[in-house]
Order: sequence, then structure tokens, then C-alpha cells
Amino acid sequence: MSTTFWIIVVGAILTYLTRIGGYLVLSRFERIHPRLEAGLNAVPVAVLTTLFAPAVMEGGPVEWLALAAATVIAFSGGSFIVMFLVSAGLLIVLRQFIG
Amino acid sequence: MSAKLQATPRSEFLEGAAISLPIIVGVAPFGALFGMLAIENHFSVSEAMFMSVAIYGGASQMVGVDLFGSKVAPWLIVLSIFAVNFRHVLYSATIGRHLARWSLTKQAIGYFFLVDPLFAESERRVDRGIRLSFAWYMGMGIPVYISWLIATYLGAVFGPLIPDPHAIGIDFLLPIYFFCLVLTFRGRAHWLPVAGVSALASMVAYRTIGSPWHVSIGAFAGVLLGAFLPPVPSEPDHSEEGTL
Repeated sequence: MSTTFWIIVVGAILTYLTRIGGYLVLSRFERIHPRLEAGLNAVPVAVLTTLFAPAVMEGGPVEWLALAAATVIAFSGGSFIVMFLVSAGLLIVLRQFIG
Repeated sequence: MSAKLQATPRSEFLEGAAISLPIIVGVAPFGALFGMLAIENHFSVSEAMFMSVAIYGGASQMVGVDLFGSKVAPWLIVLSIFAVNFRHVLYSATIGRHLARWSLTKQAIGYFFLVDPLFAESERRVDRGIRLSFAWYMGMGIPVYISWLIATYLGAVFGPLIPDPHAIGIDFLLPIYFFCLVLTFRGRAHWLPVAGVSALASMVAYRTIGSPWHVSIGAFAGVLLGAFLPPVPSEPDHSEEGTL
């Protein structure tokens, strides 16, 4: 078997361990401290934010306009899918005109 | 709580499948991009497919093929894949509180599919006060997984034919997707401070230490802030309340 094959196999095992690991650790505790509970409730926003923030920093006016559109739609009560499609559509249209 | 009592596994599965559609729109271009990058870095189509089947984590796969192309030591590639995916520990710790009712087999299967959008959608459902069923979760998870594999294949085979991937926005669709997801969590306690601190910490880390560490560092900063700010009662989720 090639090196590539083994890199993928070991990478897959480690990835599965991260996907199950948090649960395995937490399930050993009888009670969860309120601070930990509050920290866990912050996880979605804290982690998902890091997945777009550098791209926003590296982006330009076109990217920022697309995200601004999503924000406006979110705060005027638009659903997730409307936010996403309008923002993505705006990005693609604007990129035809501006680099 | 909406009229969830009459929900059957079948209806829950279909409800999950409907939620998978926007996820696929966001994730499929990313899968195709991975397929393209894999071929550029001298992976075969079957190696690219095997990576998507077994690892199923877009960012880590990209980092993996990128390092592979620059001929670094195999253990370093594996370590980088682990580093990029380390955020999933937080996901399983967080959502695990709501999956504990499932049988061990169902949990073992469910955690394999715990990618970013599935985690986010599951948390949104918890915010709406709906119990997470295995049928709903897999109804969402299976189509996303299959789309990921198809997108990888199409990207690997046809990617080299796309003249200008930038013009169709492939590189920025996923950031938009995650940005919109974060907006849907705005009812949560300390939403803005947590997002702000995570954004700032991840941007500084990205510039100084570099990718992929900005994810762990930014996440750690946000979670720490969330843990130590005074508790406030969380408002219910604003988005798409009680669709049934």
C-alpha cells in the first residue's frame, strides 16, 4: 500500500476520534459545571466565526458587500436559505464586473 | 415546542433531507474545489475519492493535499489534518448532550457525519426546543455526504476544464455559508461579543501564527469569553420557527 493510502487511513482515524472525542470526555462527568455549559453554548458561534473571519479580512469590497446583504436580510427576518442565496448570487454577479 | 409528537421516523428523515438542500449548495462547490486541488497536487482520482470517503472534512482534506504537493513528511501531514479537525472535539462535546439518548451504534454512526453544517443545524434545532432524532439527523447527513463524494469526483475529473473558478465564486461560497449560519445564532447569549472576539483572535492568529491554528485559537477565545461572561437568559431562535 502506498504512503498516500496510509496518510489517508491515519488521517481518517484521527478525524473520527475528534468527532467522537468531546462526547467521550464529557460523558465521564456526572454533572456539567454551569461555566462549562455556558462555554459549550458559545461553541457554534465561536468556531463557525473562525471559519470565515480570515477570508473576510483577505477579501475586498465585493466580498464585503455580499456579506452585508446577508446581514440586512437576517435582521429583516429573512430565512437562512434566502440569506445564503442572495449573498452568493450577489457575489457571483459582482465578480463578473469587479475582479 | 411544535406538533412534533406525531412525527414518524419517515417524516423526520424527509424533514432532515429538506434541510440538506441549502447545505449541499454551500458545500458542493467546496468538494469540487477539493477534487481539483487534489489532482493538481498529483493525487489520482481514486485517491481523492478515498480521502473524501474516509476523512470527510473539507478544510483538512485541502490542507492535506496541499502539504502532500509540497512533499513534507507524512507524519506532519497527518498532524495537520488532526489540527484542522480538532474543532470537532468541541462539536461532539456540545451536541453530545443531546445525542446521549441514541443507542451506541447510532451514536457511533452519527458522530462520523458530524461536519460543520450538520453540527450547526442540530444546534439550531435544539434552540427551537425540538428533540434530535437519528432519522432527522441522517436524513440531513446522508445526502450531504453523498453530494460531497459526487462533488469530489466531478471536481477531480472536470475541474481542470473550468476556465476561471474565481469568477463563479467557488473560493468564497463557504465563508458566506458560515457567515449566514453564525447570523442564525444571534438569539444566543453573548452572540455578538463571542463572534467579535473569535473573529479578532482568528484573524490575528491567521496573520501571525498561520493556518490552521487560527481556528483553534479563535474558537478558544470565543468559548472562554462565553464561559466567563455573566449568564443571561437566551432568546429563542429567530429563524424559521416551527415549520411544522
